[in-house]
Amino acid sequence: MSAPVVDLSGVRKTYRSGSIEFEALCGIDMQIDEGDYVAVIGPSGSGKSTLMNLLGCLDTPTEGTYLLGGEDVSTMTEAQLAEVRNRRIGFVFQQFHLLASLPAWRNVELPLLYAGVSRVTRRERAIAALEKVGLGGRVLNRPGELSGGQQQRVAVARALVTEPDIILADEPTGNLDSGSTEAVLGLLQELHDSGRTVVVITHEHEVAARAERNLVIRDGLITDDMLVGAR
Amino acid sequence: MNWVETFRTAVDAVRAHRLRSLLTMLGIVIGISSVILTVGLGQGAQDKVKDQISALGSNLLIVSPGSTTSSSGVRGGFGSSTTLTLQDASAIADRDVVPDALRVAPVSTSSTSLTVGDTNWTTSMVGTTATWPQVRARTVSQGRFFTSAEVTSGADVTVIGADTASELFSGPVSPVGQQVSVDGAQLTVIGVLASSGSSSTGSSEDDQAVVPISTQKRLTGSTNSSVSTIYVQGASDDTLTAAYQEINALLLNAHDVTAASADFTVSTQQSLVETANSTNKTLTVLLGGIAAISLLVGGIGVMNIMLVSVTERIREIGLRKALGATPSVIRRQFLVEASLLGLAGGVIGIVIGYVGSLVLPSLIDQPVSLSLLATCAALGTSLALGVGFGVYPASRAARLTPIDALRSE
Repeated sequence: MSAPVVDLSGVRKTYRSGSIEFEALCGIDMQIDEGDYVAVIGPSGSGKSTLMNLLGCLDTPTEGTYLLGGEDVSTMTEAQLAEVRNRRIGFVFQQFHLLASLPAWRNVELPLLYAGVSRVTRRERAIAALEKVGLGGRVLNRPGELSGGQQQRVAVARALVTEPDIILADEPTGNLDSGSTEAVLGLLQELHDSGRTVVVITHEHEVAARAERNLVIRDGLITDDMLVGAR
Repeated sequence: MNWVETFRTAVDAVRAHRLRSLLTMLGIVIGISSVILTVGLGQGAQDKVKDQISALGSNLLIVSPGSTTSSSGVRGGFGSSTTLTLQDASAIADRDVVPDALRVAPVSTSSTSLTVGDTNWTTSMVGTTATWPQVRARTVSQGRFFTSAEVTSGADVTVIGADTASELFSGPVSPVGQQVSVDGAQLTVIGVLASSGSSSTGSSEDDQAVVPISTQKRLTGSTNSSVSTIYVQGASDDTLTAAYQEINALLLNAHDVTAASADFTVSTQQSLVETANSTNKTLTVLLGGIAAISLLVGGIGVMNIMLVSVTERIREIGLRKALGATPSVIRRQFLVEASLLGLAGGVIGIVIGYVGSLVLPSLIDQPVSLSLLATCAALGTSLALGVGFGVYPASRAARLTPIDALRSE
C-alpha cells in the first residue's frame, strides 16, 4: 500500500475563551488509506466536529501534525489551506450549503471556479457530475426547486467534481427522510466502489454501518477503531 | 480566480438581491444626479450671463459711474452716483483725445409708463444718441432709428423694442407712425427694434422705448446732464486696451481725481463676464458642496448595506471559503460588488441628471448646460465611492473563518 491519504499524529486542539481552556481533541493518531470508507462516530460534544474541521483543513491543530496526501497542512496559512481544500477535499454538509440564487450546475462548478478552470470545461464537468448523481435532468433548477434529497445529491456532485483525495461528509443524512437517506448513502457507496476515499462523520449507527471501518471518538480521544462487515 | 469571473460573481450577487442593491444605490443616485444638476445649473447661469454680455455689442467698453460716498461715510454700490455726464461722452467721442474709440453712445435710463388708447405698459425708457444701434449691435426691423438732428432738437420720437411693440399694438397695424403717450407728451413711433435674438438674454433687451436723450431729459424733468452709462465701441479688438487706457486717463483728468479715488469704472465685456462668473462660481461651489455631502452620505449607505450584506451572507462566504476561495478572492469579490453598486448608481444618477436638465429649464426658467467633464468626474466619483466604502466590508468578509461562517444559522 502507498502512504495513507490522511495521517494524523499526536493531534490536539485546544479552544480558549477568556481564561477557560477546553481541550476538544487530546492526542489523536489515525491513518486513512486511499479507497477507505470510514465513518467517524461519537456522541455530540465528543470532538467529532472538531476532528471534521481539522480533517477538512478548515482549522489547524494546536499541536501535532496532519499530513494530507503527504503534505503537512498543520502549519499552513489560510490562503494555502484554501488551496488545499479546493484541490484535495470534497465537502458534503448536513445543511447542504447550496447557494439559493444559482442553478444546480452553477453550484456544482463553484470549486472549479476557484481552481481556475475555464468556463467551458467547468460547465462540462459540472453537468457530468450531476449526471453521475442522477440529476442530469435538473441541471438548470435552483436549489429551491429541488427536494432535500436532490439538494444533497447536488452537494455530492459538487464534492466530487474536483476529483478530490477525500470526500468528507458531515452528517450528510441528518436533514433527510429515510428514502433520501438511502439514496445519498447509496451514492457514497458508489463513490467508494469506484475507488474514492470517503469519510463520513455521523452519530447515526445505520449510517456508520454502511462504512467499512468505524472510528469511535469520545471525549477527544479515539476509543475504538473497528472494521465493520465489509461486503 | 480572474477578474472576469470575479466580475460575473459580483453581477450575480447584485442581481440576486435586486431590491437591496437598488436601495444601496439610491444614495449615490441622488448624490450624483444633484451634483450633475447643480454643476449644470451653475454652468448654465454662467453661459447665460456670457450671452447677455456679448449681446451688448462687439469691442465694447462700458463706462459706469463710481460709487457714492455719503457724508456719513456710507458707500453706495457702483453706478449709484451721477458723476458721468454728456460732456464726458462727447469728450470720449473726440478722436483726437481718444483715437481708439470708434463710436460713443451715452445712455440714461428711467422707468416709464407708455399708453396707447387704453393699453398701459410699464417699461424702461432709454435716452441715448443716434450712434446707439451701431454701438449696441442692434438693428431696426421696421421704420428707422432717430438721427443726430432729432437728438439735438429733442424731437418727440421713439423706437420701441419688439416685445414692447407687441404689447402695445395688437393686430395687423404697423406701430410705425402711431402715437404713444408718455408722461402727458405724445411720442411718434418711428421704428421697431429687431429682436435681440437669443432668448437666454432675457426679455428686457426687447422691451424698452429708446428716445433721443434730450427728449428723455425733458420728459423726466431732469435738468442735469448726467448719464447712467457710456457705451464706447473700440475701433478694433486689438486696440481695446489702448482705448481703455485713453478713456481712463481722459476721465481722471476731466474729473480731476486720482486713480485711487476714481468716481467711474471702465469695464470691458471680458471683465464683466469675469465678475458675474465669480458670483455664480461661489453659488455653484456652495450647491456643489451640499451635493458632495449627499454623495458622501450615499457612500456611507453603500458601506452600511455592504456590511449588512456580509453578515447576511456569512454562510455563503463560509461555503465559498470551504470550497477553496482564499481571503483575497473573497475580498476582491465584495470590493467589485461595492464598486459595481457605486458605478451603477452613478450611471443611473447621470441619466436622471440628464433627464432633469431637459425638464428643469421649463420649470424654473434657468438654462442647464451639462459638461462632459462633469459627467466623467461624476462617474469616477461614484466608482471611487464604491471602492472606498467597500474596502472595510470586503476585508471583514475576507477575515471570516470558514468554520464560524458555515456554522452560523
